Amino acid sequence: MPTFNDFLILLPEAYLTVAACVILLMDAFLKGGQRVAIHWLSIIVLLVGAWLVIDGQPATAVSGFSGMFIRDPVAEILKVFSLLTTALMFIYSRGYLRDRNINEGEYYALTLFAVIGIMVLVSAGSLVTVYLGLELLTLSSYALVALNRDSKLSSEAAIKYFVLGALASGMLLYGMSMIYGATHSLDLATILHVQNVEWRNLMLFGVVFAIVGIGFKLGAAPFHMWIPDVYQGAPTAVTIFIGTAQKIAAFGMAYRLLDSGLGAYAHEWRMMLAVLAVLSLAIGNLLAIVQTNLKRLLAYSTISHMGFLLLGLVEANPAGYSAAMFYAISYALTSAAAFGIILAMSRAGFECEEIDDFKGLNQRSPWFAFLMMLVMFSLAGVPPLFGFFGKLLVLQSAIDAGFLWLAVVGAVFAIIGLYYYLRVVKVMYFDAPVEGTDVRAQPDMPLRFVLSLNALALLALGIAWGPLFAWCQRAFGITA
Amino acid sequence: MLAEYWPVLLFIAVAIGLGIALLVIGLLAGTSRPTAEKLAPYECGFEAFEDARMKFDVRYYLIAILFIIFDLEIAFLFPWATVFSDLGVIALVEMGLFLLLLVIGFAYVWKKGALEWE
Repeated sequence: MPTFNDFLILLPEAYLTVAACVILLMDAFLKGGQRVAIHWLSIIVLLVGAWLVIDGQPATAVSGFSGMFIRDPVAEILKVFSLLTTALMFIYSRGYLRDRNINEGEYYALTLFAVIGIMVLVSAGSLVTVYLGLELLTLSSYALVALNRDSKLSSEAAIKYFVLGALASGMLLYGMSMIYGATHSLDLATILHVQNVEWRNLMLFGVVFAIVGIGFKLGAAPFHMWIPDVYQGAPTAVTIFIGTAQKIAAFGMAYRLLDSGLGAYAHEWRMMLAVLAVLSLAIGNLLAIVQTNLKRLLAYSTISHMGFLLLGLVEANPAGYSAAMFYAISYALTSAAAFGIILAMSRAGFECEEIDDFKGLNQRSPWFAFLMMLVMFSLAGVPPLFGFFGKLLVLQSAIDAGFLWLAVVGAVFAIIGLYYYLRVVKVMYFDAPVEGTDVRAQPDMPLRFVLSLNALALLALGIAWGPLFAWCQRAFGITA
Repeated sequence: MLAEYWPVLLFIAVAIGLGIALLVIGLLAGTSRPTAEKLAPYECGFEAFEDARMKFDVRYYLIAILFIIFDLEIAFLFPWATVFSDLGVIALVEMGLFLLLLVIGFAYVWKKGALEWE
């Protein structure tokens, strides 16, 4: 029987559910000028949610609802950063949605439901909770991708995302059923401690299917096929969600399933993850070189970044997990700024998403060219930016765990990746603007201010990365 | 470790081999005298009247989805009702929350005009 304490553990999620329902009803009942309240209320709701997560955080891991829901420091960090990056995204997206006549109320309500899904997913203590959180997240995301109903690209992306996503969820569910069959339990902690599994091969099949599901949600090769089309086809205001909060969620899901549940099979799954990591690094970086569309380029760049994230998971020890979590956070913040700049440059009737659109940006909007340069350097991993330390820590932990060859592969592809990030910088600074175009950033004040903060934070967190990494390490029980 | 996957590899090989073999045997050993009627799509013995890929109104989906939601609500309420007296106040509160969420969704759908057919 659930007790009052169980609900107390669930407080941030319960609060966010109520808030999302209120925003849904405001969308239905408010008219005209009052609707601007939805935007600001959504942002406040997310920030208060982040505060509730931190403020009510117990010192040690606690679980509720018979172990189905876990509130521990790992979940705390993942939740805080999902909420913050989503708040950034709301600030960046407002002008874009207004210019394109996309229904803002649905956008905010669906995103909030997706964020609740993320929070449930990263706090999951049982296979059922994993699936529940994942479905809430992905079903909301399918609808979000299709939000621009009159755009053919958007509908096509949504159909592809839905069909492949449903397939991946089915695979994951199939794997879960095998794991349940082999261990007679849905509880992750129980699965971890089952001794002498009777049907070991069945269990291994379950592990393989779980990896397929995780690989799809991360967007790791060879389960990356949906990423470029969805990134390009979705409205940029939605792509930013898939590129930020969802990546944090995917890391949380991988950690819960693989470590909290299938930790006893680390010897088997780490080799599978190593294969996924190498493939993602190769496919992501090599195919990004030939892209001319910036959103597609960022999509392939995501695939390669997920390869790096997997390098951290391959170690299957707390040092690797904390490096991977740090990497997920650094990638989410950097990619939020990257899509923020695309949103700032787009106007009614003009999607600024071709790399050629950025030609000569320095002559027209020098400040935004500078911010974009910071973002590209951070994605490429140029010191002293945030992204560099993410890569460094992941590679470091790979070497410490004896995966020298993986670290070498990672470093080689990081250097190959440098080429296409630097090309964007070169285009902005050294090319003349295309004749007859008027590309410049004309964002509203909140966007300009917050985007500048976000991009400068990449520099600040790159110089002072210690405290954040120490926080990640403490979450996994490492005391430096 | 890898040796354990040997049965899987064998299974895949047999599956692919059987698939190809059956098609090839049919192709080589079967008599094939195609006519226009034989190659036409079969539809319950009738002549095919139209393409199966026709458009139908998106509102059918809406009704189907709304039906499923309330169908599930009933499916959830029945088992709850049978053990309600054993579960106590907390079960009442939980079901109240569940119904409240559905009502909010219903109010949203109604206000948005999704229930108006024309």
